[in-house]
Amino acid sequence: MLIKRRKFIQVGSLATASLMMPRFLQAFEKQPMVPPGNRVLVVLQLSGGNDGLNTIVPIRNDIYYRARPKLAITKKDALSLSDEVGLHPTLTAFKSLYDDGCLGILNSVGYPNPDRSHFRSMDIWQSASKSNEFINSGWIGRYLDAQCAGCDKPTQAIEIDDVLSMALKGNHSTALAAKDLRRLYNTANDPFFKQLSTNHSDQQGDHAIDYLYKTMAQTISSADYIYNQSRLHPSSAAYPLTNLGKSFQTMASLIFSDINTKVYYVSLGSFDTHVAQDGQQKRLFIEMNNAVDAFVKDLKFNNRFQDVLIMSFSEFGRRVAQNASGGTDHGTANNMFFIGGSLKQKGMLNELPGLGNLENGDIPHEVDFKDVYATVLNKWLKADDEHILDRKSSLLHFI
Amino acid sequence: MIPNQLKNQHLLWRAGFGPRAKDFDKLSANSQHSYATSLFNASAEIPPYLDVAAKEIKELMMGVREPGRKLKKVLSVQEKKQLRIASKVALHDLNLTWMKGMVNSEQQLREKMSLFWHGHFASRNINILYQQQLLGVIRNHALGNFGQLLQEVSKTAAILNFLNNNQNRKGHPNENFAREVMELFTIGRGHYTETDVKEAARAFTGWGASIKGEFIIRENQHDDGNKSFFGKSGNFNGDDILQILLDQKQTATYITRKIYKYFVNEEADEELVKILAEKFYNSGYNISELMKTIFTSDWFYEPRNIGSKIKSPIELLVGIQRVLPIHFENEEVLILLQRLLGQLLFYPPNVAGWPGGRSWIDSSSLMLRLKIPGMLGANGELTTKPKDDDDQMMGMEENKKMKAFGKGGGQLLKAAINWSKYQDNFSKIPREKLTATLSSLLLQIPKSLNTELLNGYSDLSDRENFVRTTTIRLMSTPEYQMC
Repeated sequence: MLIKRRKFIQVGSLATASLMMPRFLQAFEKQPMVPPGNRVLVVLQLSGGNDGLNTIVPIRNDIYYRARPKLAITKKDALSLSDEVGLHPTLTAFKSLYDDGCLGILNSVGYPNPDRSHFRSMDIWQSASKSNEFINSGWIGRYLDAQCAGCDKPTQAIEIDDVLSMALKGNHSTALAAKDLRRLYNTANDPFFKQLSTNHSDQQGDHAIDYLYKTMAQTISSADYIYNQSRLHPSSAAYPLTNLGKSFQTMASLIFSDINTKVYYVSLGSFDTHVAQDGQQKRLFIEMNNAVDAFVKDLKFNNRFQDVLIMSFSEFGRRVAQNASGGTDHGTANNMFFIGGSLKQKGMLNELPGLGNLENGDIPHEVDFKDVYATVLNKWLKADDEHILDRKSSLLHFI
Repeated sequence: MIPNQLKNQHLLWRAGFGPRAKDFDKLSANSQHSYATSLFNASAEIPPYLDVAAKEIKELMMGVREPGRKLKKVLSVQEKKQLRIASKVALHDLNLTWMKGMVNSEQQLREKMSLFWHGHFASRNINILYQQQLLGVIRNHALGNFGQLLQEVSKTAAILNFLNNNQNRKGHPNENFAREVMELFTIGRGHYTETDVKEAARAFTGWGASIKGEFIIRENQHDDGNKSFFGKSGNFNGDDILQILLDQKQTATYITRKIYKYFVNEEADEELVKILAEKFYNSGYNISELMKTIFTSDWFYEPRNIGSKIKSPIELLVGIQRVLPIHFENEEVLILLQRLLGQLLFYPPNVAGWPGGRSWIDSSSLMLRLKIPGMLGANGELTTKPKDDDDQMMGMEENKKMKAFGKGGGQLLKAAINWSKYQDNFSKIPREKLTATLSSLLLQIPKSLNTELLNGYSDLSDRENFVRTTTIRLMSTPEYQMC
């Protein structure tokens, strides 16, 4: 038995991999690499509902200071961007990016009839649906559907995680989730799975089993592709040894390899700060700040910063007033960060929320997040936003 | 010719959670008719109520004074926290208790039907008492009358709270419940107008639940003006609205199509759906009768239906436990596996329930499914981590008290499988026929897999090892994901 297996591993080596690959995947293997200049989107999901008001601090707003006698960040502590606006004190790298014209801040982003359940609101953000519709595919998944109908390239979008988010599931294509590229490679290279895959003849059929085999073949092929790409030009820069730091380093290695990936997705959390918000938000922000800092430096050093757009979001913001436990409860509209070397508009992209006319104690939304997605899809990824989002959007001008 | 055994297994997978190895002898001998009859007979009685909520929780909840409806007014911060933590633990207990029922209960059909309704009447609610109550209603009426099921479900605290009907008041309507009753519970999208939603919401004003979970009608919040709904007008209340919806044939069609897609084939055969819906409607929504018609029809056993469905994570995990005598030392791994595979009981993704079908499958979930049997067989380690669920955690740190960690920091599966008991079921099978026998028991599309390639991966040292390794490999295939 052992000999057989070993033999199989040899046969399964890279040189002959294409012989064993189902036909429909071979075409994909031969495609030329995407040239430098390949624009990449990195979505940074702040899970749990980040408190936007203590992220972009309205340092001259009395309503803010009255609503948060204990939690407000003082003007002295905030990293000042202007007379009106300060950043959370930990976000030093964001401050430098702002000064360099590589940071955009969009305020009061949300959607009508907001939902305060994490899961539901995240569902709405990930599927880009209205709050009263239920869509089972994600906006990046539908981008994949539109971009590569029939081309079977699940590596065009990658989530750096063990489990795939709904955002990356399309109606026809699903992206790949991989946190540890080597582990995925090892799993996919299990000789039994490989042999099963190559022995199944009809992967084009309509039967659900053909769909499973197709997914399996794609996973095996993509795992090889991604892992080998990531070793071509591994990032040698110093990254923090945090989860997010490692994820950003993985993304950098892939970006430098000129893999065909257009969208990376990564999450940080939990920002659900009902209790003792200060410490928790600070800890997460330090992780975010340092990881983004290392990533941007790495991209700049490799002359790729102009090709990358980082976009952050959270499923909702938090209430304007603090609660009784040194925290804040679920709110609605929130701010988003955009980081990149080729932003058309920089700094504050719109006004800070005034806090004068709150809706039930919450910031009313002024920008629909679906317009933001449309802008990114249309102007950055050059995709048909109307088709993907099934709506006509008002595009913004920061790209 | 489709083998009799395959047909029986088809019935057992669809009307339950798959065959047991110990029934192996009967599988080829009995007729579908006799299997169907015994499935219905076994599920005839109302099952015992699943009650896992600890005394502590009940006392906390029952001590609450009405009418202080909002929890925060009557429970201290400490008590609320205590309740949340206890509720979360109890929800896991309820999950595992119910799952055990799916594995061991003779009421296979009732539990399967209940799982269907659990997704149909989806509710995310961390209150254990409410969830327990909703599950009780569903299991009681799973095979009864759909109208009665709908009426009782619509009056549970779990559903009314989840769909915000406690906030639905005269002059300040909250349409969420009214909309979902139509869109998801009865007639489906496209068969009602926005006016219907508004008018129904008015009729449901005042419907709510007490903190203890009892249904209450707050008369002072009820809008008793005239309403127009589906061409009728009158001073309708919530019960009237539900009745008018049940009077619509479209409700029977919508429910029948969903049942067909779940129990027969993802691709609905509209001709059959029409005939079945007509019968269902004329029977006054008798669920049991509808299911009997399905499971005793010749078309149910046609090749296009057999092995055509991707098992849901629950079907997969329960099915493995039904076929293998398996004991989990650390039952929490079953919760973890549900989360990783995308179907955690009592936590549906949204009010529309689990979409099912191909949506269960992506590269990560498929590779994990293929690896699970091997990990179970060798005390493997689950190194993948599920996503955080902030609704569950409520700002607390993720539960760190997992019991068994492996070298990779993951959870150990710690499953003990009684292989000698399992292989006794096949003692009469000659060695050269073992692979084919096991394959026919485990796979619903046996022809798809070339079993010869298994030979290279089976342990030939003795019979038990051969049965063990061949079984594990057969379960580690895409074919095993189908039922």
